[in-house]
Parts: sequence; C-alpha cells; structure tokens
Amino acid sequence: MSMTVSLLAYLVSSVCCIMALRGLSGPQTAKGGLIFGIVGMALAIVTTMFMPQMQGFGLIVAGIAIGGAIGAVVAKKIAMTDLPQLVAAFHSLVGLAAVMIAAAAFGSPAAYGIGEHGNIHVGSLIEMSLGVAIGAITFTGSIIACGKLQGFITGKPIVFKGQHPLNALLGIGVVVMIVLLCMTQSPLLFWAIVVVALLLGVLMIIPIGGADMPVIVSMLNSYSGWAAAGIGFTLQNNLLIIVGALVGASGAILSYIMCKGMNRSFFNVILGGFGGEAAAGGAAAVKSDKPVKIGSADDAAFILKNAASVVIVPGYGMAVAQAQHALREMCDMLKKNGTKVRYAIHPVAGRMPGHMNVLLAEANVPYDEVLELEDINRDFAQTDVAFVIGANDITNPAAKKDPASPIYGMPILDVESAGTVLFIKRSLGSGYAGIDNELFFYDNTMMLLGDAKAMCEGVIKALEHS
Amino acid sequence: MSSNVSERADKVQGTMQALNAQVADLINQLSASEAALAAAQHAGGTPFFVIGLTVFVLACFVGYYVVWRVTPALHSPLMAVTNAISSVIIVGALIAVGLSDNMLSKGMGFLAVVLASVNIFGGFIVTQRMLAMFSKKKKK
Repeated sequence: MSMTVSLLAYLVSSVCCIMALRGLSGPQTAKGGLIFGIVGMALAIVTTMFMPQMQGFGLIVAGIAIGGAIGAVVAKKIAMTDLPQLVAAFHSLVGLAAVMIAAAAFGSPAAYGIGEHGNIHVGSLIEMSLGVAIGAITFTGSIIACGKLQGFITGKPIVFKGQHPLNALLGIGVVVMIVLLCMTQSPLLFWAIVVVALLLGVLMIIPIGGADMPVIVSMLNSYSGWAAAGIGFTLQNNLLIIVGALVGASGAILSYIMCKGMNRSFFNVILGGFGGEAAAGGAAAVKSDKPVKIGSADDAAFILKNAASVVIVPGYGMAVAQAQHALREMCDMLKKNGTKVRYAIHPVAGRMPGHMNVLLAEANVPYDEVLELEDINRDFAQTDVAFVIGANDITNPAAKKDPASPIYGMPILDVESAGTVLFIKRSLGSGYAGIDNELFFYDNTMMLLGDAKAMCEGVIKALEHS
Repeated sequence: MSSNVSERADKVQGTMQALNAQVADLINQLSASEAALAAAQHAGGTPFFVIGLTVFVLACFVGYYVVWRVTPALHSPLMAVTNAISSVIIVGALIAVGLSDNMLSKGMGFLAVVLASVNIFGGFIVTQRMLAMFSKKKKK
C-alpha cells in the first residue's frame, strides 16, 4: 500500500471517529455512530498493518486476539452498576499503552523516522516526553480512581501536609527533566520522567473524594486523549492527532459540565480534600435535635397512591443498592394507577456523567420520561410527590439559602417545593460533603429509612395489597 | 543496394543510441529532482509540527462543537466510545512491533497492542450494551 493511500485511509478513519461522536446527539442515531467508530478503528488497524516493510503479522494478530478476547469478556460480564470503575480501568490501559509506545519509539527511533539512537530530533523528544508523562499520569491516576470507585481504596480524600507543594515540585521536576532529556538524550532521564509521572498520577488523585469522581473520570478521559495526540505528533500521524484532540475535547467538556453541576471550579476539584476536615467541622451535629418524620413503606405507598404526579430523583445510593429495577416496577404500578411519573437527573448524580440515565435505561425506563435538571426544576411546585432515592446533596436547600455552606451556589433539584418529599436513605447521616441536609427536618418531608431496593419492594407490596 | 540498407540500419541504430542516452539522462534528472523535492520536504519545507498543530487545533474545534451536541443522557456511552477510539494509538504499537530493530521495542509494542486491543473491544462492546438499553424501549 503506498504512502498516499495509507494517508487517505487514515483520513477516512478520522472522519469515521468524528461521525461516531456526532451520532451520540440522540439515542436514535447513536447506534449508527457506533458502527462508524468500529469501521474507523478497523480501517486504521488494517491500513497500518499493510504499510510498506511491515513485519511480524503473526505477533500483531496474536496481540489483537489476546487483548480483544480479554476486553470482550470483561465488557460482556460487567454489571451496569460497575460501569464507572470499568471506564476508569480502561483509561488506565490507554495511558499505559501510550507510555509503552513512547518507550518503543525512544528505543528504536529509526522505525518511526524520528532520528537515530542517541540522536533523536529535539521536537520529537519533546512530543514524546509530553506524551509519556501524560500517559503515565493517566495510568496511575485512573488506577487510583478505579480503586476508589470499586472501594478497595478509601473513597475519602487522603490528605497530608505539604501535598500541593510536593505535587507542584514533581510537576516542575518533570518539565526540567524533559528539558534535560532534549539536551542529553539519556535513556535514564526518559525512565525517570516515567517514574515521576507515575508517582504524580497517584498523588494527584488520592486527595479527591469519591463523589468528585465524575469530574476525575472525565478528566482522565481527557488526558488519555491528549496522550494519544502527543504520540500522534511523535509518529507524525494525523489520525492520532485528530482522534486524540476529539477525545481530549470531549473529556474536557464533560469535566466542565460536572464542575458546573457542583458550582465548583476545576481547580477546586483538582486540589481536592473536599468533605475533609474543613467542611465537616463547621456543620456537623448542629440540627440533630429537630424532629424528623419517619415513615414506613406502607405510609409511602399510601401517599404515592393518592398522588397525581410523582417525580423520582435518583442518586448514587440507587446504584449502590441496585434499586433501579424495583424502582421501575414501582413506577409501572403507579402509572397503571393513572399517576404521571417522571425522573429528574442532576448533572452530578452518580459516579460518572450520565450514570443515572444508563441505570434507568437498563431498567427499561423510557428515556422520554427522564429529564435533565433545567427541564424539570420548575415543575416541582406542581408536583405532588418528589421521591428521592439514594440522592442527598443535590437536593439540599442549603445550596440556595446558606452562603456559609460549602455547597452554596450549587444548582439543586428543588424537591422541597413539591407537595410531599419522600426521602429514602440508610440513616439520617450527612452526605459526602459532610453537610446536614435541612430538608430532612421540613414539615413536608417523610424519611424512609432503609435500603433503597428493599424500600421500593416494600412499597410495591403495599401497593399490591391496597 | 545492400550497402544502402546497412547504411540506413547503422543510422537508425545511431539515432536509437542517442535517444537511449537522452532517456537515461532524463531519468537521472527526474530522480535527482525527486530527491531534491524529498529533501526540500524534509529540511526546507513545512515541518510536520506545523501541519500537525494545524490539524490538532482544528480537531479540537470539531470536538468542541460535536461534543456539545451530545445529549446529556448519553454522556456515559460518550465516555465509553471516546475511550475505545482513543485506543487508536494502537497504530503506534503496530509500528513498534512491525518495524523496530530491537527486541525491547518490539516487546513494548506487543504489550501496547494487547492493552489497546482490550480497550478497543471492551470499549465498543460496553458502548453497544449501553446503547442497546436506550433503544430497546422505544417500541414500548
């Protein structure tokens, strides 16, 4: 295959990748978009394999077969509730692959046309070391994020003294080493950059709390794109640059949306420690002597049965309890009863962007009943019952009223303006931000204490018997 | 008569030789200019970095406008599919396996091929699973 043909094939492949993202503008076009993505990727691989002088076909096919089999099995077996950690784990693989490719290019520059051993073009060295640094940060950062989401690393922020100066120092160290690498071409420095960047990835993510993971997962998504683009510059390959930029932009936009959903700046999230000492110290245990109305599943069923309209507000707790199927069943019964049921999704509900939408879709909830915050917030005043299941901070009125609250200014779902608020929660404890939710103590709130799934099933039983 | 013919044959032969020489000359010139062109592209022409940067910046804009049009309900599939396509770096890994001159680079390349393939297959299959759930209830 001549060079021109390969380059044109890469161009087609790039367009396919753009079309894959374009398709996601609506559920109807999304599947077509996915096919574009698969075609684009297949074309990229085949084109590269038939480049002049390529060898090692057997090895390549074996590698793709092994990796593909692992990927397929994992992706088919994973439960939808474990999706956030799976995505984080996949990001780590992109990061590691980027590191290895850069190392391969450093080890045999002639194959990539970027110079010879010990005499690699300076421009290529800069691109390569940036790619390798971002890749290494993505790798360890994603592993930590995955661990926090899976629960084998504590979801609480891990903070220690001098954390930020240390991170800054390591960051400057990487830059200095990149400059030195360009001057000396020393393999030792190359690996030193890898090691320091790996360390930096760990240190950057450990101070960030579990509930901020939507931002972090999107950010790492973005990083994996920038790493790919960096490698693309090294390989002088426009396909990698285009796709890397697309992915990078996509992740950055998602992080921005998530940050906006929490009314926090990106830096505030990155610096981490939210919900640590500072936030918990001020607000804890102030209002615990106020009366709280606690109801049973039967009470909830009675209220729901007499409601003309219900809005469901799901949160991460629903995912943890795997309550989406029981919830949908409950809503089906209400709908049969003539009740208008809709779902309200806060941008940061759950542990990854769109997490709640996927879970509800899994439970066969029609997607036209699932509404975003800005589309439904005005309707709460005309709603009889707001049914909060596994969410907390995203309904906290303190975000609107209390300028001293750490979540002040965060857009919330105005559930308190509904006729009755049914609030399923395990206990009366505070949310991740360590803030009491004054909603618990409102006159129109009834707390349903217990596991989200068990509570939904209880309501279903009560509805059946009445 | 026969001498006349042989004379002509000689002449034709002479012309042919001259033509041959000219063609060879032309070919030489052509390849020389080609080499010069290639050299110009490498040394004096636009360096790849500038072309790459142009493509990169334009692609960022394309990404920006395309991603803002993605409906929030599909943000999870978006992450999964971008994860799959970011594994396009497998191209670099394939080159490492196929073209590099030492075992270390080949080995690194092979591992990178495996990792990127996990991502490609895993990412697309997870996306497909998610999207299947979204389209299923359209009929209901």
